[in-house]
This record gives sequence, C-alpha cells and structure tokens, in this order.
Amino acid sequence: MSKKTWMAAVSVAALTGMVFGGAGSAKADELFVFNWTNYTSPEVIEKFEEETGISVTLDVYTSNEDLMAKLRAGGATYDVALPSDSYVARMIEEDMLHAFDARSLSNFDNVTEPHDAPYYDPERQYSAPYMWGTTGIGYNKAALEDGEELEHSWKELFEPREQFQGEIGMLDEIGDVMQAAAFYLDIDACTEDPDDWRQIQELLLDQREHVKVYSATGTDASLVSGEILMHHMWNGAAHRAWREDSNIDYLYPEEGVVFWADNMVIPNSARNIENAKKFINFMMSEEAAAMTSNFTGYSNTVRGASAMLSDDLRESPAVNVPEEFGDRLKMIPPCSQRSDELRDRVWTRVLQ
Amino acid sequence: MSTREAQAERPVEPQAAPQSAPQAAKGAMRGDLGAVRREMARRLALLTPAMGIIILVMVVPLALMLTYSFLTSARYGGVIWEFSTDAYLQFLFVRDLDDSLLFNDTYLRIFARSFGLSLATMGVALLIGFPAALFIALQPPKYRTMLIFLVTIPFWTNLLVRNYAWILLLRDRGLINNTLMDLGVISQPLPLIYNNFGITLGLVYSFIPFMVLPIYASLEKLDWRLVEAAYDLGANRWEALKRVIIPLAKPGIIAGSVLVFVPSLGAYITPQLLGGGRNLMIGNLIQLQFGASQNWPFGAALAFILLAIVLLALVLWALRARRSGTSLKEVEIG
Repeated sequence: MSKKTWMAAVSVAALTGMVFGGAGSAKADELFVFNWTNYTSPEVIEKFEEETGISVTLDVYTSNEDLMAKLRAGGATYDVALPSDSYVARMIEEDMLHAFDARSLSNFDNVTEPHDAPYYDPERQYSAPYMWGTTGIGYNKAALEDGEELEHSWKELFEPREQFQGEIGMLDEIGDVMQAAAFYLDIDACTEDPDDWRQIQELLLDQREHVKVYSATGTDASLVSGEILMHHMWNGAAHRAWREDSNIDYLYPEEGVVFWADNMVIPNSARNIENAKKFINFMMSEEAAAMTSNFTGYSNTVRGASAMLSDDLRESPAVNVPEEFGDRLKMIPPCSQRSDELRDRVWTRVLQ
Repeated sequence: MSTREAQAERPVEPQAAPQSAPQAAKGAMRGDLGAVRREMARRLALLTPAMGIIILVMVVPLALMLTYSFLTSARYGGVIWEFSTDAYLQFLFVRDLDDSLLFNDTYLRIFARSFGLSLATMGVALLIGFPAALFIALQPPKYRTMLIFLVTIPFWTNLLVRNYAWILLLRDRGLINNTLMDLGVISQPLPLIYNNFGITLGLVYSFIPFMVLPIYASLEKLDWRLVEAAYDLGANRWEALKRVIIPLAKPGIIAGSVLVFVPSLGAYITPQLLGGGRNLMIGNLIQLQFGASQNWPFGAALAFILLAIVLLALVLWALRARRSGTSLKEVEIG
C-alpha cells in the first residue's frame, strides 16, 4: 500500500473513532448539562465541580424547540436540561422526562411561591425552578429627544417612532414574538381563528421593514454597541446591557408582558441521574442561586439568596418589576396543534 | 525538467493512466484463475472501507430522510409511522379551513432567493477567482505553492468565527462604516449588512477557495505553447484569453462553479448572521422545520426537494457538456 493509501486509511479510522467514540459511556463523575446560551455561571459550575468532584460538560441552545428537537433526535444525551414553563408540560405529555420528585431534594424548601407549585408541574414531580424573567422591550435612551419619553406599550416596538425605524431587533423566538403581537392586538395567542392570525401577520409584515435583525443571541451586546436601538428582549439581557450603559432602559408594555420561568429537568435518556439530582439540588442552594442571578441578570426562586445579590441587580430597572406593573405579567400557555400550525405559517410568511 | 515541460508531454498519451488497471487484470487472466481471484479479492478488500463509509454516512441517512419525509408529523417534533404525502403537498399548497388546497408560493420564493443568491455568489466568485487563479498559474513554480497555500489559510479558522468577524467589519458602527464616516466620505452608514449584499459577500468570501483551486489546477496543466502559438497567429492578449486559455480552463471553471454554487444553496450560518435572519435561505427554512415549527417530515421533504433539484441540474449540465465535448469526468481537482 502506498503512503497515500495509508494516510487515507488512518484518517478514516480516526474519523470513525471520533464518530463512535463521541457517544462514550456513562462515568460516575460526569454530568452533561444542556442550557440556554449565556445562562450558566462558570463560577457556579466550578464550585459544583470542586464540591462534588463531578466534571460538568455544558452544551447550549437558543430555543425551547431546539432543545426538544435535540432531545428527540437522540445521539447526544444530557443529564440536565432547562426548558421553559409550557415546554415542561409538553415534555411531560410526550413522556420525555424522568420523574425525580424535586420536593424530595433538601434545598427545595428554599423555593419561593409560586414557583413551588406551577401550573405546568404542580407537584414538582419532573422539574425544579431555575430562573424566571420577563420578555419586554429594551431601548437606548440616547436616541430620544430632550424630554421625550416612550410609552410602556408594544406600540413602540411594532409601530416604532422615526428614530427607531430600521433600528429594531426582534427575538427570533416564535412564541415570544407571537405573544407580543397578540398582546398588542388584544388577541388570544392560542387563537384558532385564521382572521386573528391574518391580523397578527399584517402587523408583523408591516413591522418587518423597520426590523434590522431577528436574533435571540447577543441582544445585550448589539444594544450596547449601538448597532440596535430597540430590542425585543429578555429582561436579564436588558439588565446586562444596562450594567454596561446606563442609557439602556426596559419597558413593561401595559397590554401585557410575557412572564416565563425556566426549569431544571432530567431527560428520560439521562445516564447520570444521581449526579443530575445533586446538581439540581446544588443549584437551589442560596449561594448558587445568587451567583447565577449575578451572572445572568435574571431573578431566582430561592429564599435567602437576595442577601448575596450584587448591588446592580437590586437597582436594575429590568430586573425589579415596578409594583404597579405586577399585574401585567402573563405566562404563555401551551396552545392547540391547529393554533400552532397557523402560527408557524405566519412566522414563515414574515421571514420569507 | 520543469513542471510545465512535464505537463506538456501529457497530451501525447492521455489514455495511458485509465487503461493500466484493466491491462493488469487481463495479464492476470492469462495466468491462472487463482491470480484473478486474488486480484478481485484484493480490489474488493480495498473498496470495502470506502463503500462502507459511503453507505454508512450517506446512503443510510438519506434513506432515513426519505422515509421521514413520507411520514406524518408528530405534535412536538418527531414522526408518527403513518404514510403521508402532506410534506410534499405543503411545499406548494396550503390547506384552507375547509381542507381544500390553495397554491402557496412562500416556500418557492425562499427557494428562488436561494438560487438567485447562489448564482450571484458563483458569478462574483468566478469574476474574482479566475483572474486570481490565472495570476497564480503565471508565477514561477516556487511562488505558486506559497500563493495556493495563502488561498487556503481562511479555512484554518472556523466559519462561524469568520462570519462574526464580518459583522464587526460591516455593521453600521463597524470598522468600514466608521472609517468612511471619519474620513468624511459618507455621512450615513452604508447598508452593508443584514441584507442580500451582506449574504452574498459572506458566501463569496466563504467559498471562493473552491473556485480558485480547481481553476488553478486546470491552468497549471495548461500547455502554454498553445498560447504562444495563438500570439504567433496574430491573436492579442484578449483573443488568446478568450479563445485559448478560457476554453482549456473550462473543466476547472465548471468544477469551481459547481463547488461554489452547491454549498451556497445549502448555506445556513451566513444568511443567519450576515442576513440578520430577515431573509431565509433553504438551509434556514429546513432548520426552522426541525426547530421552531417542529415539523420533521416537511424539513426532510425540503432537503429532498433541494437534493433533487441540484442533482437534476448537474445531470442536465453533464449531458449538455458531453454533447459539447467536455464531460464532468475530465474535471479534476488538485
């Protein structure tokens, strides 16, 4: 065999090894975590690794649908994943989750109401709370005229003032976008009426010419760099942007603000269930929760963690929901299949 | 003996290489049957790993995709094992409230945009790549290797990272716009990103080595005495280029064009990042089906429709090329 043939044979063997070796077997000291981007504090992971000797591997995703698709496709197995509220209900319905009874974990006593018994898993059989937050509008006050003030309304995002036209960023998260449009038009986001969806589609198509980018990653960075002047965004990202530039402000639209909660679950395919439970319990400790909030800019659900929060979190306009806006927060419910189909059609039409 | 001289000898015996293997077999046949068997077994053994890999990583996944595209979509991703042609119908039609089919051009438009952008990418890559390849082929051999090496350098960095780098260059407050505005050349930032321009630029940048390398390969083998003959016969430089160099470089040009066009069609990262996610291309549409829309059969069907169109185009191209004297078989890379 010539030298070339050998080289080829060796590289094929190496490649095959990579493909099949990647699916390695479970070890006692391993944990595979699948979390949203920018949502895991490296310090917390380090601390967990130090305390338990378990080595954590982190992989990330940018939407609940991606998470479900990855889990369903198999191949990679994760021990802990973090779906949002309604997706926990869907995953339970689809029998994708391992029941581990979060209430039996020692740190669960730290969990505050209403996160100890949410609608999507009232007994906390399959999930434990991680962070919660809101989806609203972040914008740069530097773009305003002297004395100009924005209304707390989705109007500012969907029918932007002149200085924000062409400078808008929208989340490319179908659920958040549709819910925001539905709030603004005062339509039930789970509607099965094509006329309702037609109205939503019109609104989004009209808005499209003012939108610079549809993206859910790096929303804070594009706001700080001035690349985007107004972004449909999650409050933690708005907080991180505000920390960099105090001109960044956050709106709580009066028509309704999406309120969401992310949860730690153990997928059915998990290999290191005991390690996963240790991790989930650890994350519900006061210190880990506080560290995670300090890193992500989102609120945690752990009693006693607030003492350890950094000062900027306590002052941030994006984190502390003003008392009078409290009743604006609403969760996105899971919708019917028919409603989801119409929703997908509108979304594709908007992005075509 | 220089490389150029060595290549000049090639046309004398162009058929030599492909015939040597069958001749060896014939020689063996004249010997004993055992030798033939051994020869066949040896070839089979050598072919097996390659065939195994192709079947494992190409045929099996494609068969899976084809199967999925004819199944029914499950509620939250995944499939139900019931035969259905809905995925293919969905490409052109929408079911109305009363379940009648209405023509829907949403997906066709996305396909049309992808083909348009990929053709533009191919055209620009050819306009830049051909002169570059010609320039490299005209350098002394010791510089050529160096220049070809330079062409491949971008591949050393991950595509995602390079696309992010382009964002920093192209955005409204990026390096290019800031510099031009500081110099007073423009007062408003140029719209360089989050549009078709940004996508095309990113695609050309990503895939241009695939254009340069095959064209260089065919130019490097070119018998330059033919060009000298053209000059002797009174051709000027343009005539020599048009009537001698380009026709002889045609296999490389075709290979380069195919190699740029096909991956551009399936591009995913570039339209997402440099297009701002506003203008979907086929790759993004397919991702959307496996992600947010949770409709795997439709995603699989889209991938298959794309595959069918590309294969059809290549077959037609090959047929036409064969009729006009060049076949894809002649196209060699490297």
